[in-house]
Order: sequence, then C-alpha cells, then structure tokens
Amino acid sequence: MMGCWVLNESLPIIVVLLWLGMNLYLFMVTFRWYEEEESFLYTRVILGSTLAWAKASALCLNFNCMLILLPVSRNFISFVRGTSACCRGPWGRQLDKNLKFHKLVAYGIAVSAAIHIVAHLFNLERYHLSQSEEAPGLPAALSKLGNSPNESYLNPIRTAGTNPVIELLTTIAGITGLVLSLALILLMTSSTEFIRQVSYELFWYTHHVFIIFFISLALHGAGRIVRGQTPESLLLHNVTFCRNHYDKWHAVAQCPMPRFSGKEPSAWKWVLGPVVLYACERIIRFWRFQQEVVITKVISHPSGVLELRMKKRDFTMAPGQYIFIQCPAISLLEWHPFTLTSAPHEDFFSVHIRAAGDWTEALCEAFGAQGQDLKDPCSLPRLAVDGPFGAALTDVFHYPASVCIAAGIGVTPFAALLKSLWHKCCDSQSQLKPSKVYFYWICRDARAFEWFADLLLSLETQMSEQGKAHFLSYRIFLTGWDEDQALHIALHWDENTDVITGLKQKTFYGRPNWDDEFKQIAYSHPSCHH
Amino acid sequence: MGQIEWAMWANEQALASGLILVAGGIVATAGRFTQWYFGTYAIAAGVLVCLLEYPRGSRAKGSTLERCGQRYLTAVLKLLGPLSRNYYFRAALHLALSVPAGFLLATILGTVCLVIASIIYLLAAVRGEQWTPIEPRPKERPQVGGTIKQPPSNPPPRPPVEARKKPGEEDATPAGGPPGGPRVNPIPVTDEVV
Repeated sequence: MMGCWVLNESLPIIVVLLWLGMNLYLFMVTFRWYEEEESFLYTRVILGSTLAWAKASALCLNFNCMLILLPVSRNFISFVRGTSACCRGPWGRQLDKNLKFHKLVAYGIAVSAAIHIVAHLFNLERYHLSQSEEAPGLPAALSKLGNSPNESYLNPIRTAGTNPVIELLTTIAGITGLVLSLALILLMTSSTEFIRQVSYELFWYTHHVFIIFFISLALHGAGRIVRGQTPESLLLHNVTFCRNHYDKWHAVAQCPMPRFSGKEPSAWKWVLGPVVLYACERIIRFWRFQQEVVITKVISHPSGVLELRMKKRDFTMAPGQYIFIQCPAISLLEWHPFTLTSAPHEDFFSVHIRAAGDWTEALCEAFGAQGQDLKDPCSLPRLAVDGPFGAALTDVFHYPASVCIAAGIGVTPFAALLKSLWHKCCDSQSQLKPSKVYFYWICRDARAFEWFADLLLSLETQMSEQGKAHFLSYRIFLTGWDEDQALHIALHWDENTDVITGLKQKTFYGRPNWDDEFKQIAYSHPSCHH
Repeated sequence: MGQIEWAMWANEQALASGLILVAGGIVATAGRFTQWYFGTYAIAAGVLVCLLEYPRGSRAKGSTLERCGQRYLTAVLKLLGPLSRNYYFRAALHLALSVPAGFLLATILGTVCLVIASIIYLLAAVRGEQWTPIEPRPKERPQVGGTIKQPPSNPPPRPPVEARKKPGEEDATPAGGPPGGPRVNPIPVTDEVV
C-alpha cells in the first residue's frame, strides 16, 4: 500500500523528469557527435558549433513531435488503460493528465524550435559570408567546391552577394522551415487559455494547422543541404593534413577533392507511427459518428439542465467516466465531453447537460428544453457518441470506508458512483468491501444541481426501505447564502427534513471544518489505516 | 463561428509577432549579420508593437482577463483616441511596420507573423469590432449601517415569516438570493444536529 502511495504522489514528477531527461540526453549525444565527427570537420570550418546546436535541437524536435500526437489519441489511451494491470489506480490517473502532457511537449517543441531557428540563422549567415570575397582561405576554398562539373558542393549558397532571404525562399528546407515556424506560432497563439475561453471553435479549427505542420516536417530535410563528407572520401582524403594545404588539393595525391553528401531526412521516421495512430483515431471517431445512438428518454430538469438517456450497441462503462457527444445538426466538427451520470447496471447511459454556452444552448433548444411544447420523438436531432473515456472511480470498491468529496460541478461523476455503489450493496450475491461511504458536496448554490439532490432523495428512501440507512452518510455544504435564507432555515430547523433539499440530512452552511470531519471519521473507523 | 471576436486572436498574434521581431532583431544585431541595421529597426518596431498590443481590449460580452500590469499602458492608449480604437489603423500600421524587416533573414519570421496579425485585424475591423479599454471596477466601499435592518414596522402580534415573505420564495427550492461568495462562519460549524 505504501508503495502505491509513493507512486501516486510522485508519478507526475517522474514522468516529467523522464521526458526532460530524454530530451537532454538526445541533445547532448547529438551535440557531441556533430562537434567531434570527422566527416563534418569541413562543415564545422564554415559553421562553427552552431551546426551542432542546430542538429541537436533538431533531434529534440523529432522526439517531441513524435510524442505530441500520443496524448490526444484518446482511444489509444483507453486501450492502454484497459490492458495495463499493474498499480491501476495511479497509472490511470496519470493517463487522465494527457492534455497537460500535450501542453508540456508543445512547450518543449517551442523551445527546441527557437534554438533550432537561431542556430540555422547563424548557419545561413556563415554560409553566406564564406561565399563572399572577404572570406578567409579555407572556408572560401570549401565554398568554391561544386563549381566544377565533377565536384559535390559543401556550401548550399552557391553565389556571392545574394540576400540570404532569397536563398531561404529557394530551398525546400527554407520554405518548409518558414511554414513550420509559422504553423507553430499560429497553433500557439490560438491555443492560449484566453482564446480557448473566448472562442473554443477558433482554437479547435486553427489547431488543424498541425496537418500542414507534419507534412512540412516530413519534407523539411528533403533538400539535404547541410552536408558532411562521404565515408569513401574520408578514406582517401586525410582531413587533418589536408585542411592546412587547401590550395594544393587538386595537385597532392593525399588530398583528392573531398566529396560531400547530405544525410537522408529522418524526421518522417520519427513521426510516421504517431501520425498513422492519430489518423486511425480520427477514423475511429468517424466510425463512432456513424454508429446509431437511440435516445430513450429526454428529461428537462429545473435550472436549465437537460438529461439525455441513450442506448448504444456494445457500450460498457464504469462510474466516473465521460463521453464525447456530437450533434451534426448543430456542428459537424465539434465533440463535447460530458460525464456519465448513470450506473453500469442500468440498461441505458445518461448525461446531464447544462446550457452554459453556444453549443449546449443550441442542444437544449433542439431537444425542446426551453419551450413548453413536447417534441415529437421522430423530430429529435441525431446524436453521435464517442467513448467512454477517463479513469474510473472504482477504487471505492476496494476499501471498507471511503470518503468522497465533490465541489460544484464535480459532483457529476459521483452520481454514477453512488448509483453503482447502491446497486452493488443491494445485490445480495456480491460480497461488498465498502461498508460505509462518506460523501461531501460543497456547492455555492444548489439550484444548478437540483437533479442531484433528487437522486440523493431517492437513494435515501431506498436505503431506509432496505434498512441500510447507515451505509451512506452525506453532508451538503452550501457556501453561498444570505440573511433571508438564514432566517428561513433557522425557523425550520426543528423539522424532520431539510428545508432546502428535502433530505433527512440537514444541509450545512459555509465551508466544512475538515479537521473535525476527518477526526470524526478516523474515530469511527479505528481499524482502517487510511 | 459567428461569435468569434477576431480582434482577441489578432491581439495575441500581434503580441507574439512583436516578441519574435525583437528576438530576431537581437540575433541579427548581436551576430552582426549583413545589413544588421535592419535588425535594430526590427527591435524598435517590435517594441512598439508590443507596447501597442499589450493592453487587452475588453470583450463585447462577458468579462475580460487583464494582462498583468496593463493599466498604465491602457491609460496611454486611451489618450491616442481613435488611433488605438480603430482596427483599420492597426492593420495598416502592422503591415507598414513589417515590410522593412522582411529584407533581413533573421526577422522575416516576425514579418510574416505581423502580416498575418494585420490580416486578422482587418477582418476584425470589417466586422465592426473596436478596441475598448478595460475599465477598472470601482472599489466597493463598505456601507456604514447597511447591515442594520429596519425595526419591524408592525406592532405585535405579527404574522409568521411565511406570510410576510414575498410569494417567489417557497420551500422546496432555495431562495433565489444573490449567491454571494463563500461565507466564513463566525462560529465554528460543529456536527450536532440530527
């Protein structure tokens, strides 16, 4: 148990350190190789160590671009989650932080790209200077290589006096490099937290620029303009001797003209796997979009909450998971996540949707939540469902006493959990470990989640009918209250049921006093160590 | 897509372009590249763009998150009047500022980014958007005596609370009072009821 706790707390840090360590390792190894490799000695004469900086950051870029697509392949993540057995809990929760990892890798790409761009700016400038009349002896001689028919060039800039900008725009590497940087900047400026709140659609549609990014990445090295000496040439041409006798190369036998070639592009090898995986992911989403979803019931709760009960073939869920819903009638490209509020034993799955933005308002209107007239079942819009995703809340089933704490909208997964717990408890066949569940719900005002209070009420009635009233102990804390409410509550204090929620357990006002709460729970369960 | 406020994205893009211009300019100047004087221009243009774009305009609906410390620049921008409000002007300014930096390799990325920002500003201007400064909310002074309730106006005997209450506030749902933030209880809450 202790080991699992340590793993739980330190897993995020371990993952970040592993990633960072891998980046640094790749950087150092490549840097050293390019600084010491003999075949690149002549290239280093012209470029200096910015060659190594550019190539090392390029490898980091390859590594990060490979990683960036993995956290957003949610079906792949569900697959990994389903098949891993060791220490399920912590790894499952770690997989839930996929978007955080995606952003971390994106920052890594930005930093590596910045280093790469600056290094290549210096490289291009140095290539340009080596081709000019003022260039010193060896670089000038090296730059002239390639002018005669039999020679291979080292310096990709072949003429003196041109503007490096023109040189950039006439090479594949230059153009793709510019497109890549531009795509990266557009991706980042439209993904800031502010923009995501202002207009999620803008973020989502602009993010598809990543397609252009990956195509350009695959083509970026195709020109092979950064060159090193070929292995055959190294055998014939003694670099350490010949570098000091560059004016005698064509004459001396030890120094035949050196031949150069560029390395074949390698970026596509890194990203091919994830790109194919992500393409499959999108295909799966499209296939799920085609699958039929039958809406069995539409319930309109107060405070603008819509409950949708649906059925889909081969749909299995665990409490605490969520699904993505798409409504083609509203938007073809938007999938929105909603937590499942039904329990696995029920023959339908349900979500509760609150009208809180463009898409949800349109959905509520389409399902007739706003108007008074009933909608004809055949005229309801079609829905598509993808999922379920997310880590399940199944840890509760492994301990004798559990404390569940929910705040505001976070109560939605607990609807599924409580229903599931109750069903398992009533099912006399299963030997259930949990004998007591403490549930805390802290909410600013209960109006938005009145549907949940209804659920608690029905659970309470069922529990007292079955004689298991002590199984679930719940406390509701309303933190937003005013004097009129307080007056109203004080007057009805002595009644059996709570005046706000109608439940047997009285509602509390203000924030919970956690010291007291935990002390009491620890006191009531002396044999449990957690 | 009709609800997108393009100016918000244009602002982010322009700010980023300004920073990239400055960075490219520094590289060119420090490295003494050929025609590095374009680099010094890029630094100056980049700083100007950053100063102009740093204060975020307020959104048409909803609240806007300010950038840290933008009040001072907002005050300066307000003085410029229509020059800061009008997005056509901003689009033209960014386009003009970006052109000279296009001649130097180190700053060409900044140029292209700024041109894109200029295009988005043009789109925003065509859709009628305008830059409005985010006004600071006036600090609410605590009202003396605000919590003192009026003494009862009826002499006793008085009808119970329910009869006196307005019909909107009934039992089953909580009163629609203002959800004022979390309250700290004056006395600690203990678990004594039920």
